[in-house]
Amino acid sequence: MEWHSYLAGLVGGVLIGLSATWLMVTLGRIAGVSGIIGTLVTARPRGDSAWRLAFLLGLISGPLLLVLTGGGLGNVADRPGAVIGEPAGGVALMLVAGLLVGLGTGIGSGCTSGHGVCGLARLSPRSLAATLTFLATAILTVLMVRHLLGDGA
Amino acid sequence: MRTLMGYLAGLLFGLGLAVSGMTDPARVLGFLDLFGAWDPTLIFVLGGAVATNFVGYRLAMRRPNPLFASAFQLPRRRDLDGRLIGGAALFGIGWGLSGYCPGPAFASVAGITWPLAAMLLAMLVGWFLARALPSPD
Repeated sequence: MEWHSYLAGLVGGVLIGLSATWLMVTLGRIAGVSGIIGTLVTARPRGDSAWRLAFLLGLISGPLLLVLTGGGLGNVADRPGAVIGEPAGGVALMLVAGLLVGLGTGIGSGCTSGHGVCGLARLSPRSLAATLTFLATAILTVLMVRHLLGDGA
Repeated sequence: MRTLMGYLAGLLFGLGLAVSGMTDPARVLGFLDLFGAWDPTLIFVLGGAVATNFVGYRLAMRRPNPLFASAFQLPRRRDLDGRLIGGAALFGIGWGLSGYCPGPAFASVAGITWPLAAMLLAMLVGWFLARALPSPD
């Protein structure tokens, strides 16, 4: 059992929860990454874009800060302390995956943060249904890729 | 001030993703791989986040309005529809193929690689496509 990894996960999770609460207390917004950034990029709403861009910059600078301080506070599997893990595939796979993630979160109005972290905390039935659905298809996809198609990646 | 609040929220979120190991696709895929060497870390992340935010939202909503905005902007719909479920299903497939959902993908820019750049670019294209789809209502 990797208790250190689970503890790091719990601490990070609490930080993510605090971030979502912070955004609600200060700006009254749901901390859904696909909604915040997707709306910023596709709609650029007048008077409602600056905080979205700032959120994106914050999102990038959090891990960057940990990388720059080099303090080993990351939790990458098999590389203790490392902050950013390697991609699980090449450019072609990521183009397909990225398109599905963008299209899916756009059509389904949310991702792991909006439906998962925020929607579940609001006890939203739509978010519960969405979270169960994307968890199920993601688990099935990994089952297909790793075990049924048998490349053992 | 609203911009600063947005930045701080993003910073906390990014720190949380990095500390928890969610900026590592291997951790995420390890969680999704129920039939392999299962890595339960993601459960602790999601559990910690939802529990904290569950309490946090209840405290926040005691206020009549947010500190720097006129009203709380919450989704009101409670019905399930094909777009919600179909969209979530597509998202899950992309998530399972890559180990990246939108938050960790953007949070990993500090360690940008060609595959991650491709992921982010395609995600943006996907958002534009979703927006271009005709809305049923």
